[in-house]
Amino acid sequence: MVKINVNGVDHTFDGDPNMPLLWYLRDILGLTGTKFGCGMALCGACTVHNNGVAIRSCITPVSAAANGKIRTIEDIGVNGLHPLQQAWIEGNVPQCGYCQSGQIMQAISLLKSNPHPTDQQIDEAMAGNICRCGTYQRIRQAIKMAAEKNV
Amino acid sequence: MSQIENVSRRGFLKGILGTSALVLGARYVPAIFSAAPLRNGMTDADRATFHPNVFVGIQPDGTTYIVAHRSEMGTAIRTSLPLVLADELDADWTRVKIDQAIGDPRYGDQNTDGSHSIRSFFDIVRECGASARWMLIQAAAQQWNVPASECSTELHTVVHTKSGRKLSYGALASSAAKIEVPKKEQLQLKKPAQWRYIGKGVTSYDLEKLCTGKAMYGMDARLDGMVYASIEHPPVFGGKIKSVDDQDALKVTGVHQTVSIDPFKPPAAFQPLGGVAVIADNTWAAFQGRKKLKINWENGPNESYDSAEYKKELQDTARKPAKVVRSVGDANSALVSAPASNMVEAEYYVPLLAHAPMEPMVALAEFKDGKVTVWAPTQNPQAVQAIISSELGIPKENVICNVTLLGGGFGRKSKPDYVAEAAVLSKKLGRPVKVVWTREDDVKFDYYNAVAGMYFKAAVDAQGKPTAWLQRSVFPPITSIFDASAIYGDPPHLAQGWTDMPYDLPNISIENGPAKAHVRIGWLRSVANIYHGFGVQCFTDELAHRAQRDPAEYLLDLIGQPRTLDFAHVEYPNYGADYKTYPWETGRLRHVTDLVVEKSGWANKKSTKGHGFGIAAHRSFLTYVATVVEVEINDQGEIRIPRVDTALDAGLVVNPEITRAQFEGAAVFGTSIVRSGEITAKNGVIQQSNFNDYPVARINEAPQQTNVYIVDSSAPPAGVGEPGVPPFVAAFCNAIFAATGKRVRNLPLSSSGLFG
Repeated sequence: MVKINVNGVDHTFDGDPNMPLLWYLRDILGLTGTKFGCGMALCGACTVHNNGVAIRSCITPVSAAANGKIRTIEDIGVNGLHPLQQAWIEGNVPQCGYCQSGQIMQAISLLKSNPHPTDQQIDEAMAGNICRCGTYQRIRQAIKMAAEKNV
Repeated sequence: MSQIENVSRRGFLKGILGTSALVLGARYVPAIFSAAPLRNGMTDADRATFHPNVFVGIQPDGTTYIVAHRSEMGTAIRTSLPLVLADELDADWTRVKIDQAIGDPRYGDQNTDGSHSIRSFFDIVRECGASARWMLIQAAAQQWNVPASECSTELHTVVHTKSGRKLSYGALASSAAKIEVPKKEQLQLKKPAQWRYIGKGVTSYDLEKLCTGKAMYGMDARLDGMVYASIEHPPVFGGKIKSVDDQDALKVTGVHQTVSIDPFKPPAAFQPLGGVAVIADNTWAAFQGRKKLKINWENGPNESYDSAEYKKELQDTARKPAKVVRSVGDANSALVSAPASNMVEAEYYVPLLAHAPMEPMVALAEFKDGKVTVWAPTQNPQAVQAIISSELGIPKENVICNVTLLGGGFGRKSKPDYVAEAAVLSKKLGRPVKVVWTREDDVKFDYYNAVAGMYFKAAVDAQGKPTAWLQRSVFPPITSIFDASAIYGDPPHLAQGWTDMPYDLPNISIENGPAKAHVRIGWLRSVANIYHGFGVQCFTDELAHRAQRDPAEYLLDLIGQPRTLDFAHVEYPNYGADYKTYPWETGRLRHVTDLVVEKSGWANKKSTKGHGFGIAAHRSFLTYVATVVEVEINDQGEIRIPRVDTALDAGLVVNPEITRAQFEGAAVFGTSIVRSGEITAKNGVIQQSNFNDYPVARINEAPQQTNVYIVDSSAPPAGVGEPGVPPFVAAFCNAIFAATGKRVRNLPLSSSGLFG
């Protein structure tokens, strides 16, 4: 039995404790905003927060997330859009949008640790998040736009 | 069930639109406007045997429903085409709700590929919107007892100018439903100056959902009582199961059972590949169970496929005379008689490429009472109906294909083998089944963009300009998935930047040699233009440098004076477009080249060691594009792309901001092709598996800034999703040469041996 807190709600899970958090969120809790892209922490589509820090949920066993507080895209902007989401919309960032939950979760984590990143720091922090549509220059712009507004 | 209802649309329109609502079906053939009146159009449309294509419905509260019948994979077509209709309707976009169509032939073509959604449906949806507006005006005129000619519209409202009276579209919905549908000749389309949205554009209808995790993709579809399936496919194309030991798989917690899927009967087309499915409570359990399967395979004849050997064969074939697809003058005689010192030869190569959309293949299907309902991220819902019909032996109309949002497509999701798998399994199991491919499945079992070998030979004059030009390509054709014996390029794909090589030269020979496919070949964003554009535009750059001339000026010299290319005696399908409407005009290619030269500041940007500029120009999907790429390469061979400039003439552009985004994305897509895109095979088995060994461009590797310049044009609209890729690929490689003196003839860079 694993106890886990997701988006402020306590849950217990009596399934395979090795199940990656990604599939627990998606298949068991029905929180499908977090995406499956590679299963090997290579693409970042599955990015969520554990105690405010971006992690790849596809390689994080549920058991390893047991003591932390997990936050997913569904909990971002529930009380009005997050400034990064606003910047994403203003900058017309998404194309297909599939990777963007992960991109936004990664960007929130970046600005938390570095509120005014340089272009190079943005690239370093976001290099783990693939966007096959190729929205990178808009992602960079949106992060800078949000940073200027002092997220 | 609540989640599925978000993507289930079949009953949606019918339920929302009561009998009092104005519902209008547009027909694929616009002439149908002269046919029997469409009243209460939903019913009429359901009965129609000639394919209606778009619906617009207006509710008494003014809410306007516009059906998107094309698939949304990131190009915002689900927004842009309804936007065109809304413009002619003079509708208030904020009151428009978009409804995604199911697969149904009444919409006409629904295969969202080939960058043709706007071009093929622009006129049709305009007529549909204009027709609805006409009926609303008639209804208002009747109520006011004034001539309709005294009435006009103003954003969701009919206005009688003389008296100042106004009636909203919603208030008119019931009475407009009783008006006869106008004949096409009665329609008054807006003049371009009156357009509210066309040419100005809006952002994606789904934008906020895409930023909040609320957008529904195929991966997110759920049904009560569904099980999850993960399928072990034959590792070699065409392989079969010899024996299966599933004992250990069945011990995995959550695994229910395993199910064998029959191998396809050649040709493969869109049939399931066959294999063993592990059925489980959740995706993870299905994946884990699959790892425990022990399967003996009968690999079949493709077991001998080795991509390194195959490359040599392609190149050998490319060196030999082959089938001539277009000829000008007598290139072969001219080449034989030219002195060796004036002869230039080069060989180019592009490997198999995988699509790798961010959302792997996935589909949910429920077989019940002889009918199948699926929810799938598909570019091609009618092909879903067709393949499931044939796999299950049920009529096509008993296959309901709900189209979800697509997490990328790039052509892969036009081939619905994965959807058929879900349907086959659901029938076998008697319950809803969701098939989820891993990334490894996606990379190993793709319909790859063809591997291509190309041979070029030119004889040049004293100024370095070709007097004779030979180009020969060899690639396994896409048609091989439909006819396993196909070995030559088919006219539609040869027409992609090969048959239509545009240079004004006295002697040209354009040839194509044979190649047998050992994997499934398929369409990938810009398709054959990828290798054809790369070969032609890089060989041009080679000749420019040999002649010590400016590559841009040399390119313009070869394109020649503005003229319309004559394909009267050549098979040239022109992307399925009428040649009179969409002729190949070299003046437009010149213009975008001039424009990108100007905007990029080409004249002042001289290449130096480690810092180079390259240019290329290419027409594809009826759109003319020229691109300048700037690269920096350090001593370690690390490459940066600080800037890309790209100019395009796509005729009339409906949504400029979305178009810019498509060309920005195309540069990133092209970056992946040049840097690292390569699928290889040994003993018939694909060697790559995931983003570690099939890398795609990341933020730090992609162009830092892509500037897009759209030519203001009133020519008929052309494609914007794909045409950015080919000239970028060539310009990038030409920039690398300018920076290093190293010519990239074999893609990708990662295995070219040129750097590090």
